[in-house]
Amino acid sequence: MSDYVIEMLGIRKEFPGIVANDDITLQVKEGEIHAILGENGAGKSTLMSILFGLYHADRGVIKVRGKEVRINSPNDANDLGIGMVHQHFQLVHNYTVTENIILGKEGGFVLDTGNASRKIKQLSEKYGLNIDPDMVIENITVGMQQRVEILKMLYRDADILIFDEPTAVLTPQEIDELMDIMRALVKEGKSIILITHKLEEIKAVAQRCTVIRRGKLIGVVDVASTSVSDMAAMMVGRQVSFKVEKEDAKPGEAVLSLRTLCVMNNKKVLGVKDFSLDVHAGEIVGIAGVDGNGQSELVEAITGLRPVESGSVMLLGKDITKLSIKERNEMGLGHIPEDRQKRGLILSQPLYDNFIIKDFDKEPFSRHGLLNKKAIKEYSQKIVDAYDVRSGEGIVSLAGKLSGGNQQKAIIGREITENPKLLIAVQPTRGLDVGAIEFIHKQLVKQRDSGAAVLLVSFELDEIFNLSDRIAVINAGRLIDIVNTHETDEYAVGLMMAGIKADKESR
Amino acid sequence: MAGKTLLKERKAGNLLVSLSAVVAGILAGCLLLIVIGKNPVDAMTKIAQGALSDSRRIGNTIAVATQLILVGLSVAFAYKSGLFNIGGSGQMLVGGVVASIWAYYGQDIPRPLYLVIIILSGAVAGGIWGFISGFLKARFNVHEVVSSIMLNWTALWVIYEIIPAFIVDPKVPSKSAAVPAAQSLRTPVLQQFFPRSYINWGIVIAIAAVVIIAFILNKTTLGYQLKAVGSNRFCAEYAGIKVNRNIIITMTIAGVLAGLAGVTYYCGYSNIIYRNQMPNEGFDGVAVALLGNCNPVGVFFAALFFSILKAGKGSLGAGAGIPPEIADTVIAVIIYFTATAVLFRNLWNGLFHRIYEKRVAGANVKGPDGSLSD
Repeated sequence: MSDYVIEMLGIRKEFPGIVANDDITLQVKEGEIHAILGENGAGKSTLMSILFGLYHADRGVIKVRGKEVRINSPNDANDLGIGMVHQHFQLVHNYTVTENIILGKEGGFVLDTGNASRKIKQLSEKYGLNIDPDMVIENITVGMQQRVEILKMLYRDADILIFDEPTAVLTPQEIDELMDIMRALVKEGKSIILITHKLEEIKAVAQRCTVIRRGKLIGVVDVASTSVSDMAAMMVGRQVSFKVEKEDAKPGEAVLSLRTLCVMNNKKVLGVKDFSLDVHAGEIVGIAGVDGNGQSELVEAITGLRPVESGSVMLLGKDITKLSIKERNEMGLGHIPEDRQKRGLILSQPLYDNFIIKDFDKEPFSRHGLLNKKAIKEYSQKIVDAYDVRSGEGIVSLAGKLSGGNQQKAIIGREITENPKLLIAVQPTRGLDVGAIEFIHKQLVKQRDSGAAVLLVSFELDEIFNLSDRIAVINAGRLIDIVNTHETDEYAVGLMMAGIKADKESR
Repeated sequence: MAGKTLLKERKAGNLLVSLSAVVAGILAGCLLLIVIGKNPVDAMTKIAQGALSDSRRIGNTIAVATQLILVGLSVAFAYKSGLFNIGGSGQMLVGGVVASIWAYYGQDIPRPLYLVIIILSGAVAGGIWGFISGFLKARFNVHEVVSSIMLNWTALWVIYEIIPAFIVDPKVPSKSAAVPAAQSLRTPVLQQFFPRSYINWGIVIAIAAVVIIAFILNKTTLGYQLKAVGSNRFCAEYAGIKVNRNIIITMTIAGVLAGLAGVTYYCGYSNIIYRNQMPNEGFDGVAVALLGNCNPVGVFFAALFFSILKAGKGSLGAGAGIPPEIADTVIAVIIYFTATAVLFRNLWNGLFHRIYEKRVAGANVKGPDGSLSD
């Protein structure tokens, strides 16, 4: 019999115009944590979707515990003992933990949560998950919700567990806890496939690592004997520098000043509370925090998309709290929005229309209400050339036809070409590959060096630490502290992200 | 690697989509005729003859097309900004009744000035009706479909009272007094080419409207903003475009267009207003706009097609011995099919996609990169 609990041999999957998986082989040993490393778009998710029955491979063989199988749906996968924790949790928010876990496995007409609840409690204790089965999902933290997802797999007797980018939504402390849980699961005989592009996590828990690049298998390495930079080079195909080259900031006067800002969120409660912050010319201030702690509300209040409840927003010494979005933009506010497809671009319009969306009513793009297509196209061509925005048909391509990285380059090109005094960048590299990330980081630093104030909001601590001169930590809408990047570390910031203000005896 | 980027996947063009919808509509109409035991070719010929066989009929067809073009434009223009104007009927009614009141009381005004007055006042009345919908949407987030349908009925019942108060036909109290030909939009300039038909200055207004709306949408900052709001209001808002202001402007312009349709309908094509009758053109305009892909030129041709059906309908009964109810049903079937143009877009794109996949597969077998050899 085979040593491998999962074997995917010679898998090929093609989508129109792209080969997502090209002859990939993955072999997972029983009781190991096996990492799959690759950039966004390398084909990790496609491979796992094939294993989980969401896609069907064009070619190749899947063996589970040495036996060749056909997996046509997630139900088939479940029957084979394969479970998956998705990146986006699949939980019903107003149900209890138990109700969520038994959803789809209720059995019978009368709901018997008592038994299920007891079993969940046992499982939770066995693996140290620390979950109360009677709690309602919307009242528990994101980290706990993820553990509910893990429980869901265990409840269904899965012994091959797939984790898809599990740490994206967690604080550093929660990541540590998750790593412990994963070790405990393996100790109990489970096998784990960990999909990630974060090398430290692989180094921390995985035994072996399969590296994929552009749909092809690059190699399988023993994690203990391979350095992080070697793995990174395998993933990207060249040596990469993780550090963004930048000199110390030379901050000038305050460009953006927030004074005891209070902002309502969509649930009509305060999402941002008494928030005060200065961002100076020539510095990058990073807002660190777990997703959903008031970052969106804060940015929308500064940019004018959301009304302010109390407090004030000052730009270049002028109170802009009541000004329209357009007036703010014209004062030199640039905004790289969080959701590039929803806010950033009009996907159904050509690129050139997207480049002038803030300036269509100014010369030379229009005069007396009439558009000047020639000037618009020349300007657009300049941005496309300067920021290397690649598309099928150049500036006449519909924005929706571009890849995510090129969409983001287009937005960044548009915002930076305006020479903003204040540039707000929200999750500027989400979902992008290493090459695009490097490019965008360089552009942000360049803006800083040319004297702009940059406010960076990111859920990736790496990015915050790499770019920011100062870090402002937000938790539940409050500013916990502002620290100089030199004088802190990820652990201290992580604690603050969880709401605990760091002091000398924090550890 | 994707080495097959040379192959391009074809996408269905607007003309192909609209034409296939028209063909499918006609085929469905024929099928219905066969089911009831009539000769479809004979019936279709009768429709064409009824609409186009002599200059009077052509004139009448153009007269029918006039209001369809204007209402179709109204719906299409609103749609470009992401709004659905189902209130064309009410906007037509208010435009028509205001023009009719001028016709009744303004008989001493010199004709050129008189024409300008009725056209402008009808446009303003329709515009006000559209503005109300836009304002309610912008200010109170009342969906424009709800408000414009309610405004249709508001218009109907207001006019129900206006007619007896101001312009009633002394003999038939259920309708307004006929607008004398000299007070209507009909003109010898056009009548000489299409004698005894209902053709009127409206067609000139309609063609001008097509040109102006196309110009606004494609060449002006106003059109740019409206399209931005219609395509992605979140992005428009982010960029500082005043979304609510644009919603009000759009609905007002849409109302103006439908109001003009009312003027041409009630003071050109027809010359009376029944107290209790909602004009169907307000709803036909939706189908015209969809078939025309909400493009001004597309709307023009879609309206011509619809007007041929409408004008030829009479001959279907008289010439082919088909009862009027069935004739209406046949026309309705054709209209419904043409309104489903979007289905045909999906159909064609699905077909093109399959062809594309086959070609990709074919190219893979003899793949130049040899990536398949294993």
